[in-house]
Amino acid sequence: MNYVLAVDELRKTYRMGPVTVEALRGVSFGIEPGEFISIMGPSGCGKSTLLSLLGCLDRPTTGRYFLGGDDVSQLDDDTLSDIRGTRIGFVFQSYNLVQQLSVVENIEVPLFYQGISEAECRTRAEDLARRVGLGHRLEHKPFELSGGQQQRVAIARALVNEPLLILADEPTGNLDSKSGVEILEIFDALHGQGKTVVLVTHDDKVAERANRVIRLKDGVVESDLRKTR
Amino acid sequence: MNAPAAAATATATLHTGSLRPRARSHRLGIGHWRRVLRLGIKSLWAHRLRSLLTVLGIVFGVCSVIAMLAIGEGASYEAQEQLKSLGSQNIILRSIKPAEDQKVSESGSRQNYTLTYGLKEVDVRRIRSTVPGIEAVVPGRIIRDFAWNVRYRVDCEIVGTVSWYPEMRNHPVMKGRFFTDREYDGKENVCVIGAEMVERLFPFEQALGGSVRVGRSYFKVVGVMAPRPRLPATAGGGDNSATTVHRMFIPLSTARTHYGEILFKRRSGSFESERVELHEVTVKVDELDRVRTVAAAIEDILKFDRKKKDYDMLVPLELLKRAEETRRLFNIVLGSIAAISLLVGGIGIMNIMLATVTERTREIGVRRALGARRADIITQFVAEATMLSAAGGLLGVLLGVSIPWVVTATAGMKTIITWWSLALSFGISAIVGIAFGLYPATRAAQMDPVEALRHE
Repeated sequence: MNYVLAVDELRKTYRMGPVTVEALRGVSFGIEPGEFISIMGPSGCGKSTLLSLLGCLDRPTTGRYFLGGDDVSQLDDDTLSDIRGTRIGFVFQSYNLVQQLSVVENIEVPLFYQGISEAECRTRAEDLARRVGLGHRLEHKPFELSGGQQQRVAIARALVNEPLLILADEPTGNLDSKSGVEILEIFDALHGQGKTVVLVTHDDKVAERANRVIRLKDGVVESDLRKTR
Repeated sequence: MNAPAAAATATATLHTGSLRPRARSHRLGIGHWRRVLRLGIKSLWAHRLRSLLTVLGIVFGVCSVIAMLAIGEGASYEAQEQLKSLGSQNIILRSIKPAEDQKVSESGSRQNYTLTYGLKEVDVRRIRSTVPGIEAVVPGRIIRDFAWNVRYRVDCEIVGTVSWYPEMRNHPVMKGRFFTDREYDGKENVCVIGAEMVERLFPFEQALGGSVRVGRSYFKVVGVMAPRPRLPATAGGGDNSATTVHRMFIPLSTARTHYGEILFKRRSGSFESERVELHEVTVKVDELDRVRTVAAAIEDILKFDRKKKDYDMLVPLELLKRAEETRRLFNIVLGSIAAISLLVGGIGIMNIMLATVTERTREIGVRRALGARRADIITQFVAEATMLSAAGGLLGVLLGVSIPWVVTATAGMKTIITWWSLALSFGISAIVGIAFGLYPATRAAQMDPVEALRHE
């Protein structure tokens, strides 16, 4: 089996003063290319911790994390930055666009840190903006856009580096149901194009769209169900 | 499922690239820096007012440094020019009335008391014959009297001197000529008058060729001296320091025959007479480095047969050195003020950058998530701080250049803007930006991306 991503006995403990909190207590699973996975669980189950580990924003206390065939669990900060910039596309609940930059410029940000030339950045960013339906809003600033439009910019930004994995954290959490559905349709389309998507949510309707649902509870995997089509 | 096994397979099959950081030469390219700067401008522009206010701290610092230095340079330049006009190779001796004797003459016998003091011809002879390294000696006798042209009158100093006075004292003749040796030997009634006197005595006619009456004698005007910068008050020492002194030059020989040895002065209710052979002696030293030793030697000779000090010695070179010293001190003081004001400006920048970093924690988190390294974050914030201070420096230079200009135009003071003051103040302001931007930038870069993303 080929895996895009595999975690092996992932543990994460936080030390808060005298108290140590075990957020993850040995999580293992593998994700194949083209899978659409949703990670679910009640608050405090370790979802966010797992997400930050999967997104290479943090290092596990123990355990290994393979991303694109490499163990990235204990890399130094600069290498992790490069991994985030080349292999992972983030979509956040609150969009997290840079306010002083226009739509195209926001999409260009990950390319900028990889040293892609200005001209190429521009063409790739404009192309993606058009694909998410914002071709007519290229020079607008984030505050001039609706929530749904902002989230589409964020998705375009996540795709611009052609990552191995798209990590979405409650992408519809801040949206009304209509815009939420539109965003989810984009994820469906991406899945259809063979992209690997990991979506963290607590909403069952959102989770329904995934072909595999991993449920966490108290820092361990409670269930891992694959839908049969 | 068997995760370790899966992981092993993954390692074997899906190898996409090297884990070693990619070559980051792009971070050194001009294109990259241009984008960093453009990004900085966008962020600063987003907070226009705040950026402007921050910049002002630097603007005023730089501007005041340049303006103060320009005014200081101008003032010291003028002082130096005045001293140079006395001749840096010269030693000027002046006769002064000893303080104690003055009391005696006033309280004691009021009449028929002749006070004898000052430099004598014999002093000049001694100096010439014993001190080596003297190029020339210019004796001078100064008599205060009125000069008349019909009904125009000027209270002036009549200087009896020798024909080489102008080149010795760096005081050129503007019109006509100085009197000659032949006129000196013949004790002729010729005079050269100061430029300031011309307006007073000859408002409507040509001064050259005219005649000036002093007492009962008429003197033919053969030349007009160039206007002279006024002596600084400290350099005078004697009785002629404050206001413009009108001077009229006649041959020393003529002065002797006209005024004799003893001079009378009218005071309220009494006459006062004094015997002064020479009022002023200018000694020109042949080499600049010998001025000091020659001055000491002259001092020794003069002290030798005097009980009281009845002369005053003025060494323009020494004064020049002292002026130079003063200027250096002034520059040090200004430098400290500059350092303090730029420090204050720098603290302002640091303060704002710290606020900005806190405010933009989210953005920092997002950028880190999108692949920015710590170095990228540092670069971004240092670039912003540097742009702030450099913009402040530039504005400060512009303002600092215009202030001396206004001062010169309105107050008539001489100002000199030196290139090094511009370069220095601008350079320091840019360095301040980097220095004070570095700490906030490092703080931004050290933030945990997970924490930063969660920041509201």
